[in-house]
Amino acid sequence: MIRENWGTRVGFILAAIGSAVGLGNIWRFPAVAYENGGGAFLIPYLVALLTAGIPLLVMEFTIGRRFRGSAPVAFRRLNKNAEFIGWWQVAICIVIAAYYAVIIAWAAMYTVFAIGQTWGAEPETFLFVDFLGALNADGTPVGTFEFGEWVPNLTLVLAAVWIATLLIIGAGIKKGIESTAKVFIPLLFLMFGVLIVQALTLDGAATGLDAFFRPDWEALQDSAVWVSAYGQIFFSLSVGFGIMVTYSSYLKRKSDITTSAFTVGFANSSFEVLAGIGVFSALGYMALQSGTPVGEQVTDGVGLAFVAFPTIINTLPYAAGLFGTLFFASLVVAGFTSLISIVQVPVAAVEDRFGISRLKGTIFIGGGTALVSIILFPATNGLWLLDSADSFINRFGIVVAALVSILVVVWAVWKWAELRHDANRTSVFKIGYLWFACLGVITPLILGWMLVDNIRTTIDNEAGADQATLVYGWCVAGGALVFGVLMALILRRKDVPELIPEEETDLEATLTGEEETR
Amino acid sequence: MSASAITMMIIAIVVIGGGLVVSAITLMTHPEQPDE
Repeated sequence: MIRENWGTRVGFILAAIGSAVGLGNIWRFPAVAYENGGGAFLIPYLVALLTAGIPLLVMEFTIGRRFRGSAPVAFRRLNKNAEFIGWWQVAICIVIAAYYAVIIAWAAMYTVFAIGQTWGAEPETFLFVDFLGALNADGTPVGTFEFGEWVPNLTLVLAAVWIATLLIIGAGIKKGIESTAKVFIPLLFLMFGVLIVQALTLDGAATGLDAFFRPDWEALQDSAVWVSAYGQIFFSLSVGFGIMVTYSSYLKRKSDITTSAFTVGFANSSFEVLAGIGVFSALGYMALQSGTPVGEQVTDGVGLAFVAFPTIINTLPYAAGLFGTLFFASLVVAGFTSLISIVQVPVAAVEDRFGISRLKGTIFIGGGTALVSIILFPATNGLWLLDSADSFINRFGIVVAALVSILVVVWAVWKWAELRHDANRTSVFKIGYLWFACLGVITPLILGWMLVDNIRTTIDNEAGADQATLVYGWCVAGGALVFGVLMALILRRKDVPELIPEEETDLEATLTGEEETR
Repeated sequence: MSASAITMMIIAIVVIGGGLVVSAITLMTHPEQPDE
């Protein structure tokens, strides 16, 4: 069976950028940078991009293109004992997709709310009480496992998000994912560009930018700042959970690997810097209006997007509806292109591994994930379910899976030299032993450090935490690993279709020799 | 804005945006070879 390819190189790069640029770029990076040295954070951030982010992207792009399969198939072809990593990543993607979609649904509803500022004078109360129903009237949170009450209209919007996602994935790589990326990524940059221009015209914007960019050089002596930089790069690049392996498996055999990785990495970081400029211009305006320092306005995540921004929009002197609509529409587009890439991982996995059609894979796996998402997350306890799942799957799912994948690829099966050779054959920018040092030594050390830190924090917080929520979180993160191991054991005797070695094709003549010495 | 903040903003835009421009231009000036 002939494997589908990206129609154009631009299509692949835009889709990969669409995957990397997500909610975290807009609502996480600005606060992380501010809290970790402001302008000085740029240095550890760039070091992290060049020594961990791009080397990891190169590894995943090369694995995908060389072994031409979704994550489980690619890892199986890499080594028979490595298939569990691919299935582990599939499980992580299913968990993330289930809750990520509902955040996009919130943002979609807020895009409409922004037109008339439906959230009223108290956006925080509106979000947690009126809209999500996550807090009781007395301010206490609804129990994490108190199921039963659905948020009006949210279920319908979430269903629409899923239908759109599955239609695009069902349409295929070229007609679905690539066509969507070609429209949505330029649209995202355009919308966010207009938003930034408007934010920069606000009174107090310069104060906000000063707070964001003023360097605190002392911060560079703090190891936590460096770990935060690596964490930001790691989580925002969509590496470690099978997406880039899957996307690059549709690359043509002669596609440039390393320059594509640099383009995706720098595009993702460029958007983060733009997001920082937009967000801090608005926060500077907010600080001026409230007569408080910018530092008191800084927040991240749900609080930034659904509380701080509506508060800012309420006080804008002109075009408040436009500003709000652009902001939330940007969140929707950024999140949606990431969601597509996340759902593509399990769909491609069953398609490749069991030889079923894309349509069946989309209906059964994508539809199944959608069903779980629609049942669990648009309820009044959805926010708390989401929060715990997100926390555990990030800290103990993605981090561990990425660490294991690097250790297996580089050290256990010693494939780094083969991958390096494969990447260099068709890439303008050649990689050498520095890539090995970054990928095989620096990145695992940092990921290991992050993991130890995560375990210590979780144990420290365990005393005050709800035990049922902790058990749920560990089940989500541990369940993904168990799923991966079980699937690999079940399929151990079922071989994947043979990959035709490139040495046996007539490509070899052009891929060695002059290509190698260029 | 303070001079140090302006400097860091310019450096951020030039280095990160420059990295994107250089890598994109490199890709564009080296056309992909078609598969056989």
